[in-house]
Amino acid sequence: MKITQALKSDSTKRRPKRKFRLSDLTPYLYILPAGIFFVTFVLVPLFQTLNLSLWEWTGIIGAPVTFVGLDNYASILNEPYTWSALSHTLVFIVTFSIIPVCLGLTFAALFSRQKIRGLVFFRTVIFLPQVIASVVIGVAWRWVYQDRGTLNQILGVFDASEGRAWLGDFEWALIAVGLIGSWVMTGLTMVLFLSGVGRIDSDLYDAVKIDGGGAFREFFSVTLPGLRPELTVAMTITLIAALRSFDLVFVTTKGGPGKETIVPGTEIYRLAFRENLLGEAASMAILLAFIIFVLVRTIAFLLREKDEKLR
Amino acid sequence: MSTFVKSRPRRRGLSNASTFRQVAIYGFLGLATGIVILPFLTLLTVAVQSPDSTATNLSWPDNFYWQNFVTAWTKGDFPLPLLMINSLIVASVVVPITVIVSVLAGYAFGTLRFRGANLLFFIFMIGLIMPFEATIVPLYYQLRSMGLINNLVGVMLPQVGLFCAFGIFWMRQFFKATHPSLIEAAKIDGAGTLRILRSVLLPISWPPILTLATLVFIWSWNEFLLALVVLDRETRTAPSGLASFTGQWVQDVPALSAAAIIVALPTVILYIALNRKIIAGILQGAVKG
Repeated sequence: MKITQALKSDSTKRRPKRKFRLSDLTPYLYILPAGIFFVTFVLVPLFQTLNLSLWEWTGIIGAPVTFVGLDNYASILNEPYTWSALSHTLVFIVTFSIIPVCLGLTFAALFSRQKIRGLVFFRTVIFLPQVIASVVIGVAWRWVYQDRGTLNQILGVFDASEGRAWLGDFEWALIAVGLIGSWVMTGLTMVLFLSGVGRIDSDLYDAVKIDGGGAFREFFSVTLPGLRPELTVAMTITLIAALRSFDLVFVTTKGGPGKETIVPGTEIYRLAFRENLLGEAASMAILLAFIIFVLVRTIAFLLREKDEKLR
Repeated sequence: MSTFVKSRPRRRGLSNASTFRQVAIYGFLGLATGIVILPFLTLLTVAVQSPDSTATNLSWPDNFYWQNFVTAWTKGDFPLPLLMINSLIVASVVVPITVIVSVLAGYAFGTLRFRGANLLFFIFMIGLIMPFEATIVPLYYQLRSMGLINNLVGVMLPQVGLFCAFGIFWMRQFFKATHPSLIEAAKIDGAGTLRILRSVLLPISWPPILTLATLVFIWSWNEFLLALVVLDRETRTAPSGLASFTGQWVQDVPALSAAAIIVALPTVILYIALNRKIIAGILQGAVKG
């Protein structure tokens, strides 16, 4: 059976050599409908963004369109707004990605091989923010953060409330929005690592124990390496979320107070639909796309399997 | 899960460490659950306060004003039923189309051999990491030239384009995992590729298709930036429409909270009904490698 299968796959490999048949096109026909949507509404706009980033245009039909080369990139990189947006993204990477991943890992370390009663309930609740529209999350958190909101109410219990309106505060607004990100993403990382830990071979834990290893050894030599695939997924999802934070910022602070919470997404929106600087908006979008792509590839590279490293 | 159960007797000697761990685990879980619930609880208590209340914290209302939900639905500052219907129309077009094109393409990528398969698949997977932020500028002008601005179709088509990336990824994984002998047997019987898909694979594909449909519904319902840019205030979908009425000038804080709860309701109900499938689906939504 195996031999016949091997022969079969061998003959299919040689397929390109034989004469072309109309049925060779069948696979492409299956892909075509999805391809039309994807090319028209994702790929073409992506290339158009790249193209648009080299031109100056106000978006008005009939208005002059001038080729300016890399000038748009130069002007956004000379713009302090861009650097604020990028530095805020760094803060968001910490709050959307690093904090949730660390909390998730801490939990996975505690959890390894423990039976948890009521896990389904906890998991369902903790994961809930993932399916709620960001507007709703924004409204809920705006109430929490208001001067007479829940956060100050809780701080008041400890006599620590100064009646601060967190989202309107120049010092605190960015952290406050960022922590909403931690709130959204921690459920995801916890659930992800929880399912990953359940998959790790329990013999490995026994081996550590026989060696006399403690909880730290257990975490670094079994749990962490065993969670590598989940770590890759968690880092990828949370980093993308940190970079595409437009929704959350728009519904909580709209980038304010001042420009304290602007991010690349809100800058793209402002440049394109408020200032009518389409070329600059496009170059900002390309910058964002580039950062996302580089980060995703970097994570995939850093967390690749060991045997792949040898190859 | 069975591994935990099996290993339990061996752990008995370590009851101290175990107890500590149990306390830590429940402490951690309890805290996390509390923090997750807090904003929702705030939203809920604010929504049942007296309409002239401006407090936005966890105070027990002197009287439960459930009629705030009626106010939000009927005579709020904005046409909530219309927004909800718009969202429903968008989702009910986006979901079936996305599922159909994803099943077809996922089938090709998962079971058929052809030149350029890997490259094409990789290109589709760009859609998994690219947000609308990256394409919204030319997308807007493209839709304008197609006459689709302020038109729900202008929101539907790009959503299908973006969401089918995940759909293809998801269905390909499922078709790849089905036993090849199923397909081989049908081939020997002389079935064409479409016959195999229709009468061999489709009957066993309903669970992953249902998960995919649910996820696409949730994403479509929650999609924000595109709807915000493409649609006008009066024709928006529920989330983007709600956002344009949540500015500082909103007078009726309880009614706005009630409206937010109504907007979240469809996805929450779906989530409660199908949470296991939804969690599994979202966790696989990232590119592996």
